Amino acid sequence: MALLQIAEPGRSAAPHQHRLAAGIDLGTTNSLIATVRSGRPETLPDGEGRHLLPSVVRYAEEGLVVGHAAKAAAAEDPLNTLASAKRLIGRGIEEVRGLGTRLPYEFVRTDTAVPRIRTRAGDISPVEVSAEILRALAQRAEVALGGDLTGVVITVPAYFDEPQRQATKDAARLAGLKVLRLLNEPTAAAVAYGLDREADGIHAVFDLGGGTFDISILRLRRGVFEVLATGGDSALGGDDMDLLLAEWIMFQAGIGDEADHHILRGLMRDACDAKERLTDQDRAPLRIALPDGRHWAGVIDRNTFDDLIDPLISRAIAACRRALRDAGLKVEEVKDVVMVGGATRVPRVRARVEHFFGMTPLVDLDPDRVVALGAALQADVLAGNKPDSDMLLLDVIPLSLGLETMGGLVERIVPRNTPIPVARAQEFTTFKDGQTAMALHILQGERDLVAHCRSLARFELRGFPPMVAGAARIRVTFEVDADGLLNVSAVEQTSGVQARVEVKPSHGLTDGEIESMLRESLTHSSEDMEARRLREQRVEAQRTVEALRAALSKDGDALLSAEERRRIDQALAELELRLAGEDEASLKAAMENLDRTCGFYVERRMNRSIQSAMAGHKVEEFQS
Amino acid sequence: MGISMTTAAANHVRGYLENRGKGLGVRLGVRTSGCSGMAYVLEFADELEPEDQVFESLGVKVIVDPKSLLYLDGTELDYTREGLNEGFKFNNPNVKDACGCGESFNI
Repeated sequence: MALLQIAEPGRSAAPHQHRLAAGIDLGTTNSLIATVRSGRPETLPDGEGRHLLPSVVRYAEEGLVVGHAAKAAAAEDPLNTLASAKRLIGRGIEEVRGLGTRLPYEFVRTDTAVPRIRTRAGDISPVEVSAEILRALAQRAEVALGGDLTGVVITVPAYFDEPQRQATKDAARLAGLKVLRLLNEPTAAAVAYGLDREADGIHAVFDLGGGTFDISILRLRRGVFEVLATGGDSALGGDDMDLLLAEWIMFQAGIGDEADHHILRGLMRDACDAKERLTDQDRAPLRIALPDGRHWAGVIDRNTFDDLIDPLISRAIAACRRALRDAGLKVEEVKDVVMVGGATRVPRVRARVEHFFGMTPLVDLDPDRVVALGAALQADVLAGNKPDSDMLLLDVIPLSLGLETMGGLVERIVPRNTPIPVARAQEFTTFKDGQTAMALHILQGERDLVAHCRSLARFELRGFPPMVAGAARIRVTFEVDADGLLNVSAVEQTSGVQARVEVKPSHGLTDGEIESMLRESLTHSSEDMEARRLREQRVEAQRTVEALRAALSKDGDALLSAEERRRIDQALAELELRLAGEDEASLKAAMENLDRTCGFYVERRMNRSIQSAMAGHKVEEFQS
Repeated sequence: MGISMTTAAANHVRGYLENRGKGLGVRLGVRTSGCSGMAYVLEFADELEPEDQVFESLGVKVIVDPKSLLYLDGTELDYTREGLNEGFKFNNPNVKDACGCGESFNI
């Protein structure tokens, strides 16, 4: 019969309807899958008892190979063995070129922005490589759990931008998995330690893996982790320690740089073994094969090793200091430090972290698995295996929400990545004298112009008392509830007139649309800036024309001679002509010209209004 | 007769309870649903109802409501591993026939 797990009270699943959920740590070097069994998260091994799955996919002649076998073949078949797909996912081909990492792959020129790698199985995108890794992990889970997965939570680095997150989701979809949520890796580690159930505060997550170092500063507020700052070094990790130790051994054993690859590879392995042994021993014996076939025997003690790696650790600590500064925090404000990544097992690393943060870091959970464990806990909650009271609300708004302002510009009210539920308000005012109504246009997107964002809804606020331009105070409130439902309300503060509208923002866009909108906002950012400047200049010019017209019709004939009036009309006509054009510089020049031309007129008007205000009063009345 | 547990089951329940940090024991039960009549319920127990029957097996409390006990009397709870899958198993002498997977059963 099917094997059962203990459920939370009242949460037993109906037969054949188990809500099987898993958390996946999709890593650059290794990946893991974990699930919650009888309330406890655990990583799942493969048939041979191995928990880590190397994130390597090989397109072999005999078919697809994922994991250990693929990694083993990397040296003999480099072009068809794809590793580190995570470094490429969600990036354009230009960005990939700029990464600086030497990747041995043959990139194919394509029409799309997505880089493809030529293999014997065809041109493969990083999304497809990641999908194969996810598929292998999901299969493992489905065998171990005896059923189909309801959904998964996949972790991504906190610094992943929207396209990288989107591409990760695409990979899951390609693998036939339902993504319950993407979770930031540091957040997952904090969840694994149960920090989400503790009081609000600041947490640091120190993640030193094989090849990369990440430091994240998180703030827990009402059960939601916000990422305040991230930092790190994409070329700093346990492998660098191995390299330093290998170089030390070479020096001690008198091995020259000219030694062949075979010897060097063996040295790296010996160095790695010695590093691991030094974790719980003070000395590690070394026995190294020399190029001439003899062996060199020696010993490395902990102190020597610590001295070797100290400069590396100093780089990590410096990154921690920078991240804290970016977050505007002092080191004393950090409540906990969570250790993630295999290299945090090195005692010297722990000691230096302890010294810097002034507290013992959290190391009880296996640092290789802690991220996957946290993801599994989150997946379990999201799949509905926990009472609703334990539900975490970690959803964010995928794209900014805003309002159209004069000139076809978008004013952002709720920036993207804001956790929901959320309410934000901003005050707006009227543009014209005597205006009694206002049209509100709600938009979503990252671009600056209305035309490039997605229109969500329009509504009107009518019937507020006429006032001079800029005097009305209209407070617009955006509220997004836990289901992503948006309510926008507008209130004219002096009269209390109000209006509201309800929209479903996050459901209005497909994932594909969100992705392409984000891509556009990145590629068009400078274009957007110019367009914004032009529009702003136009609004300013229109306002000037409007005001000048009003003034001229009121007292133009009384205050100006025919010649003066002619000059002002001419400058005004010039400005109106430029208003229709697209050139920001000439519009600005026309504005400045008009300002100069009618400066004296403004002065005269001012004097006159002061005179009329003071007429009939005594001088003493103005002296108090 | 009552309900009993194998050592493996008792050890796992104890471990899970410790990890959870609360709970009186484990609740066994049956309910109607599924493709062949009845289905098993296996949950952590936080509260005791007045009519509940409590059995102690290898230091772990097994809690059963009287109605479920009619279907479960004599059951031994086991913990086994089948390939990569592992979990709890009801060895129930009352079962006459079960659906293919054994998740629901008839008496």
